[in-house]
Amino acid sequence: MSEPSVRRAGNRVFIAGVALLILWVLLPIWLLFVNALSAPAEVTGFPKRFIPSFDLASLSFFFGFSGVIDALWNSVKVAALTMILSIGVGAPAGYALSRFDFPGKETFRFLVVMTRAFPLPLLALPLAVMFIRTGLDDTIIGLALVHTTLALPFAVLITYSLFSGIPLELEEAAWTLGCNRVQAFTKVILPLAAPGIAASAVFAFVISWNEVFAAAVLTVENRTLTAFLLQSLDVSPLPLKFAGGAALVLPALFFIFAVRKYLFAMWGIANR
Amino acid sequence: MAVIEIKQVAKNFGAFTALHSVDLTIADQEFMVLLGASGCGKTTLLRIIAGLETPTAGEVWIGGRRVDHLPPRERGIAMVFQNYAVFPHLTVFENIAFGLRMKKMDQAEVTRRVTRTAELMHIEQLLKRYSGELSGGQRQRVAVARALAMEPDVILMDEPLSNLDALLRLEMRAELKGVLAESNTTTIYVTHDQVEAMSLADRISVMNGGRIVQAANPVEVYRNPAARFVGSFIGNPPMNFLTATPVGPGKWQVAGQTYDGPHAQAAEFAVRPEDLHPADHGLPAEVRVVEPLGPHTLVTTTVAGQPFRAVLESTLMPRPGDVIHLAPVPDRIRWFDPATQTALC
Amino acid sequence: MPRLLPYLLLLPATAFLCLFFLYPFVQVAHDSVMRGGVYTLENFTRMAGHWKFSTAFWNTMLLAAVVVPVQLAMALTMASIVTKLQRGRSSILYIFAIPLGISDLAAGLIWLSVFEQSGFLNSLLVGLGVVDRPILLLGYQNTWVIFIAIALAEVWRATAIMMVILVAGMGLIPKEYGEAADVFGASRWQKFRRVTLPMLKPSLQTALILRVILAFEVFAVVVALGGTQLPVLMSETYHWQFAMQERGVAAAYAMVILAVSVAFTILILRLLHVPKGARV
Repeated sequence: MSEPSVRRAGNRVFIAGVALLILWVLLPIWLLFVNALSAPAEVTGFPKRFIPSFDLASLSFFFGFSGVIDALWNSVKVAALTMILSIGVGAPAGYALSRFDFPGKETFRFLVVMTRAFPLPLLALPLAVMFIRTGLDDTIIGLALVHTTLALPFAVLITYSLFSGIPLELEEAAWTLGCNRVQAFTKVILPLAAPGIAASAVFAFVISWNEVFAAAVLTVENRTLTAFLLQSLDVSPLPLKFAGGAALVLPALFFIFAVRKYLFAMWGIANR
Repeated sequence: MAVIEIKQVAKNFGAFTALHSVDLTIADQEFMVLLGASGCGKTTLLRIIAGLETPTAGEVWIGGRRVDHLPPRERGIAMVFQNYAVFPHLTVFENIAFGLRMKKMDQAEVTRRVTRTAELMHIEQLLKRYSGELSGGQRQRVAVARALAMEPDVILMDEPLSNLDALLRLEMRAELKGVLAESNTTTIYVTHDQVEAMSLADRISVMNGGRIVQAANPVEVYRNPAARFVGSFIGNPPMNFLTATPVGPGKWQVAGQTYDGPHAQAAEFAVRPEDLHPADHGLPAEVRVVEPLGPHTLVTTTVAGQPFRAVLESTLMPRPGDVIHLAPVPDRIRWFDPATQTALC
Repeated sequence: MPRLLPYLLLLPATAFLCLFFLYPFVQVAHDSVMRGGVYTLENFTRMAGHWKFSTAFWNTMLLAAVVVPVQLAMALTMASIVTKLQRGRSSILYIFAIPLGISDLAAGLIWLSVFEQSGFLNSLLVGLGVVDRPILLLGYQNTWVIFIAIALAEVWRATAIMMVILVAGMGLIPKEYGEAADVFGASRWQKFRRVTLPMLKPSLQTALILRVILAFEVFAVVVALGGTQLPVLMSETYHWQFAMQERGVAAAYAMVILAVSVAFTILILRLLHVPKGARV
């Protein structure tokens, strides 16, 4: 074969490979939505069609099912609280790491990085006891605290990299132009870091939204959507499962789309 | 309008001493350049004056007020940064207005000052743009305009031209000099570029190893270096140094030639390459490399085994291997103490 | 004041991590060796004595051993593709990254729609005439199908996280190195093998550690697809905590998961060690 035809064949293989990988990612999601958007009889029926009938009976069955709306609302509340807590606690730490050299800095970084080497959802076991003692058991706040522990290391490292990306000179310039530390932060650093901070907040939201184990361990009455779905897995009919799955996936699609620009800022820092 | 006094200012970063007890007084409206190689402490000194760094010891006075415990915003200074530090999220107008707004100045005055300084820096057509849409030279102008708009007592500049290309640097240098001369402020300007220092400064403070080695006007620094370091740092090519042996009171022998010198135990002979001319009797120099530069010719030689350079008329073209005799202009010979490295007599 | 500022800023996060990370771990370690108010190893002997323990342990290990290498290969492929693309880079990247935002429970449900008896795989098999009527794929008779389904769901779900880390890592490698390799006559494969991979070591390290630890935590996918038919460490922990109400044994399980996680983290750090001076 001549050079160009070899290259053309290579290109075709490349394009086919890319198409295959896209199909691999998207097809299973498509199938879930086919189920969610079909009538319950179709979901349990056989054989399956690969296109949805756009019958909303499954979804209305799901949303009408006792406890679903509460669970959904609980998920949103826990995730929102996690988002606020992890940024509120994590961003100041990220800022401190990016701007100061001080004894103990490496110890702190080690503590944060170390959390990654531990299976964090297991924390829920001892915390369940602690929460019972403090009255935080089966509450939105209790679960949000655990989810914040999951999200906090990311929030710290992401905001650390965000703030490090903003030259210290800009802050110093603001100081020489009449700002105190707080003003320089709000007038210069915050506007520049805001999109990134928002992205890491969304990321914290997703971590909480998706978390299953701790949610299932720590909540009984106030279950989140994941805990609800997990605990009713062996009793609930298929249409309920698939509609629930779709309800979990759909926001995630938007979240990832919203933070797509920052995915690398978030994970690239993992290399440091 | 302010005198700046630096009294025994020292700075340590851990075990490293960046500044050893520096004393310096800068007169009102003076243009002072801090000159030195990287790591000599010049930027640290500037940042201490700005309040961006806290001195380990010593005092800083600006306009008769002790300021070393004050934050930058209360020192009456403005600063131009090496990377310009033009805020990317604000327009050029808002960048220049930033400090004025912090002072809660009314809008009419803000507009007046921004327009005036923008005109002064020839950026009035860029006021609506963002920093991402500006070239390096334009950003530089914005940074200077932002400092000038504050009408500060003191302007501090940290290598402001070092990120510009050579031609632009030349243009900005002349412009800066003009603008700052009119502004009646005291200026402290940090650079590692000796030509920049010479062309801008009323006075140059040459720094080395955390100390000010010499603070004097450019010609004095060039002609009468107070220390061997100053001679070897300033001038391109730098000063030549040769060992000398005493042959009588005030008489020194250098490479077989006898010269009048200081009454001292030991001394080193020094002369600038451009203060040499070929003669029948002079320092015997074996030519190594000849570099014609247009207006003159740079000749690299060895004299008594030591490297020695001369800037000669371009009509003279010695060849490598030739031995030529170079006579120094008598009143341009300088002598240094080999022990203390400082100037003698 | 400025000297104290960084500590002030770190205080909330440090307090948080101490209270909700360090303390619970001390507590769980303590719980695992405490039974009826006395220090004892009985929790561990009860755990190990139960017939499901070794099944759960080896299922977890085997799952990690199958899933992680496949993911590594796929993530490297995807990352290379994304790095090489000129057009459509960001949309393809977004598509590849989608599973990153999907919970393991949802991933389990997604693959349940494929593997359940009236699901899409059976529909396809019957449609193609491979089998006459739908077969029970996720039954106790053939746990290996459950295993494959779980493995597929895990590969599908968690490859994205590795890919994103690797794309970020590849972005840090200056182009000049690849061009230099070109100039010295390296083929595409040689370039990948001798330039990209070695320089990617720090990212590979991070990606593998994260991924291996997540693999030991596999839970919701397993429960969604296999119920209790394929026990893994995490599902047993959950089972002991809730169904059996034996917190001590659950804590012992937690210690086992912790031990293998730490052991593998150290192993990966050792194997992919990059000397300080040799980093990009």
